[in-house]
Amino acid sequence: MRSSTFLLCALAVGAVVFGLSRFIQSEYFFFAGYVVLQYIVLATAWNILGGYTGYVNFGSAAFFAIGAYTTVAIHKTFPLPIPVLIVIGGVISGLVGLGTGYLTLRLRGAFFAIATLALAVVVQTLITNWDYVGGSRGAYILRPAAASLFGIYQLNYIEYLFLIMLILVVLAVATARAIEVSRLGFGFATIRDDELAAEASGVPTLRLKLIATTLSGAFMGMAGAPYPYYITYLDPASGFNLSYAVNSIAMPLVGGTTTWIGPVVGAILLGTIQQIATVTISSAVNLLIVGLILIAFVIIAPNGLVGLVEGWFRKKDA
Amino acid sequence: MAAPLLEVDNLTKRFGGFLALENVGLSVNQGERVGLIGPNGSGKSTLVNCICGTLHNEVGTVRFDGADVNGLKTHERTWLGMARSFQLPRPFTSMTVMDNLRIPLIYTVDARSKSRLSPSELQERCTELLTLVGLQDKARKWPRDLTQVEMRKLELARAMAAEPKLLMADEAMAGLSHSEVSDIVSLLIRLNERGVTIVLIEHIMTAVMSFSQRLIVLVSGHKIADGVPQDVIQDPDVVRAYLGQ
Amino acid sequence: MDFPYELFINAVIAGLLLGGFYAAVTIGVSISFGILDIVNIAHPAFIILGSYIAYIVNVRMGIDPILVSIIMFPAFYILGAAIYQIYYLSFERRGQEALRSLAFFFGLLFVTEVTLILVFGVDYRNVEAPTYIGPTWRFGFVDLPLRMLVPCVVSILLLLGLQFFFARTFTGRAINAVAQDQLALRLMAADPIRIKRIAFGISIATAALAGALLIIIQPVEPSVGREYIGRVFAICVLGGLGSLTGTFIGAMLLGVVESLTSTFYGPSWAPAVAFGFLLLTLAFRPSGILGR
Repeated sequence: MRSSTFLLCALAVGAVVFGLSRFIQSEYFFFAGYVVLQYIVLATAWNILGGYTGYVNFGSAAFFAIGAYTTVAIHKTFPLPIPVLIVIGGVISGLVGLGTGYLTLRLRGAFFAIATLALAVVVQTLITNWDYVGGSRGAYILRPAAASLFGIYQLNYIEYLFLIMLILVVLAVATARAIEVSRLGFGFATIRDDELAAEASGVPTLRLKLIATTLSGAFMGMAGAPYPYYITYLDPASGFNLSYAVNSIAMPLVGGTTTWIGPVVGAILLGTIQQIATVTISSAVNLLIVGLILIAFVIIAPNGLVGLVEGWFRKKDA
Repeated sequence: MAAPLLEVDNLTKRFGGFLALENVGLSVNQGERVGLIGPNGSGKSTLVNCICGTLHNEVGTVRFDGADVNGLKTHERTWLGMARSFQLPRPFTSMTVMDNLRIPLIYTVDARSKSRLSPSELQERCTELLTLVGLQDKARKWPRDLTQVEMRKLELARAMAAEPKLLMADEAMAGLSHSEVSDIVSLLIRLNERGVTIVLIEHIMTAVMSFSQRLIVLVSGHKIADGVPQDVIQDPDVVRAYLGQ
Repeated sequence: MDFPYELFINAVIAGLLLGGFYAAVTIGVSISFGILDIVNIAHPAFIILGSYIAYIVNVRMGIDPILVSIIMFPAFYILGAAIYQIYYLSFERRGQEALRSLAFFFGLLFVTEVTLILVFGVDYRNVEAPTYIGPTWRFGFVDLPLRMLVPCVVSILLLLGLQFFFARTFTGRAINAVAQDQLALRLMAADPIRIKRIAFGISIATAALAGALLIIIQPVEPSVGREYIGRVFAICVLGGLGSLTGTFIGAMLLGVVESLTSTFYGPSWAPAVAFGFLLLTLAFRPSGILGR
């Protein structure tokens, strides 16, 4: 299927989801749904680097927070429409991704992973010490009551945020798939399989890795940009929440890292479980469960759910 | 007489305190078949790695096709026409055999010519290469399904896919049976007849002797002999180095 | 301007003492990463676990935390050996190390931290005064708080002990060898897997002691572990992987820089120092100051 066709299909699916959601009265659905959609974007973004090239990023929270805090910083000067904020957040996060990559991607994957951990803490420290965006005290963002689409259609604001995130999901997933079936994705796979052999075959590995890091960081930043409007009070604890780091890794690993579907499946599954669990059990137990699931899958089902399904089909053929 | 295709001058490589290569110099002419031998640990693979850019040599120069390649990354050297196969085969395990060959075609041949081969042209070239090495029936198989000798052939085919001027085959025959070794030697000679300059790094003396027009011997990081194979193997230094093992 | 000499010197000394402690924290990773090439980012979680165990036994039974940790050595050793076995069976043998093993250790880090939060909550915990937590020795204007001095000394003893172990005992030398040449080791009739398991067990056992030292130096809560990830790897990389001396020097350096930053710019910047160091070292001199 050509990438442009896929994009149209994805948009169609998105439109259907949005259309169906108009029938739902409960606001809670939109709040919870936003979080799940956000995780789809984060997981997909992580996977472009982690799953396709094999370079693990532990600092997803940093990129997410950069997007969120860019919004806060701009909002304090003069508010801009969310789509613009998303673009700006994406650009800045992307540049940070590029910079980090440039400093550390010439080393082994393990060093890159550690560097991303370091980055997360450095960014968190910088932001905690930056009073303009509230520092450790946090910042309040007033959420407007409603928004209008193209000036005609009225939506209540949380529905508007839901729609925005839905569009981001479509973009992220379409991008991931476009990469996956392209020459670029092919090159990414060689980096994952054997970087030395890839170089020897003429693949410009550093350049490709930088592309992956930039795109990955950019999408994470884009996912973070609307967040202050969603949560209305942003402080470093929520912006750099532990759950972003673990979920953006667990979801692709559970779903399957080699294709675009894996992160989507993983995000919907784990995201929904967590939303239900947070209401019924505590959020700490919830995170514990995610951590245990991650460990279990990594040991038992290294290719994720998608891998299990593929393996089952292959056995049927044999 | 034309300049050599590959010129290595005064190459020295240290790993911390350990001197892996010292003052190694050699040259390889266009179209030659050169053998490189030496006891285990003599630095043969290190030399290949330095020439290809996988390792960085602090001292010495490497000139390829008239240009100084110091500082160029491995993939850039591949673009210039250098190729190598690895001692332990390193196939891309998440792709089929045929796709393994597509990679160098896409990333080297296309990059060089600045135009893209169409999918059918890619298919054609892959099939041609596979037929050349005798793997045409395995096109849709996965690397993990191949035998040892088939993986070695894939390794060579992938190196060839980059349309190199120089191919360095690093111990392509270790652990193979007698007939498998002759198989690979005749394959390499066929490749040479197509115009590819080949440096064969190897332990198996029968292979080296039947293949090489010239023989270079490396011992403990130093080049101790360089000449016609018959003369080299009778060189007292060489005999001592091998008998002493 | 009057350069604040006394403040400066005290900050440097505090940094050296801190650095000594950091060496104890790092030595475990120096073994697992430097020698075994295993990126165990969960190591700080085990340290915190050690801190909490020392805390509980200290509060319930009044035993000195360092003593507790020594008693806990066998348990932590077994934990380390078990984890290595799982790691080996799941990853090393299958050859799928990088991504999945990192995720595995990250999962361990995470699960340990969240479990501690569930059991103990997020409040800071302290140990009750063994005689050396309160007092400070004074020499002129130089302050030597015992709660920093004692961990530093214990840490140095630990390092000396390990140095002896690696240089003089068969197992210790085998561990060093396994990093370089597994085949040769096998020919000496030593099983490389068993040797690596022992090494990893030792690595985790050191975490028990480091944890006790940690809770002597500062109050502990579950997320403190994460601050140490950067410090630990920064020191490992700075000091050159696998070198005990390098670890010590790197730890001292980091300790002094952090202490100076904290004294003159405020403690909220301290975590960034280690990580900033790490990023810079990785970017410009990845083989470390004493680089190989």
